[in-house]
Amino acid sequence: MTPHLSITDQPIDVAAALAAVQTEAAGAVNSFIGTVRNQSGGRRVRRLHYESYDSMALTQLGHVVAQAYAKWPMLEKVAVVHRKGTLALGDVAVVVAVATPHRAESFAACQFIIDTLKQVVTIWKREEYEDGTEWVAAHP
Amino acid sequence: MKIALFGITRDIVGQPTLELPAPAPATVGALLDHLRANYPALGQLRSCAVAVNNEYAPADQALGPNDEIALIPPVAGG
Repeated sequence: MTPHLSITDQPIDVAAALAAVQTEAAGAVNSFIGTVRNQSGGRRVRRLHYESYDSMALTQLGHVVAQAYAKWPMLEKVAVVHRKGTLALGDVAVVVAVATPHRAESFAACQFIIDTLKQVVTIWKREEYEDGTEWVAAHP
Repeated sequence: MKIALFGITRDIVGQPTLELPAPAPATVGALLDHLRANYPALGQLRSCAVAVNNEYAPADQALGPNDEIALIPPVAGG
């Protein structure tokens, strides 16, 4: 089933992402919602900036979801929406939603997708602090 | 050869795209060697990958004139 994948500079509609995966064939909908936290490594975060290489990010996201379908063939539907641009504290940065017949696979597939997304999808995060900014994870 | 830059690589190079004069590096590995020599700060990153046509490319992959090439510093989505 074609997954619902998008990268947007608009606020994420979480209810719409959940609605996108709902189907009568699935008894379980599982979601992960990533939000902007007010501190990072002991520094107070004021806001975040996400930059995306959209075409590659969507290509890699497609690969991640294809891997999830291969690992959990019973997976019914998947939605992933990632925000880009400037985000305030508390804003939703990413939503992953999956629907499966039973709950165990929904937890596993949802975790796999968010964990793998963080490793391969071409989105970068710049944190803005009281006293400067930093590209997250750029340096060892 | 035109290379798209993202995240910290854009800050290091100081512009969003980099145009390399001919003869262009023939492989991904040669391109990375060339860029690290000219921009030593790239070598201090946790990682720096090259993408060709939206896919991560291994060092021995050949580069063609019509390829879409980008430098990929450590990603941090989610």
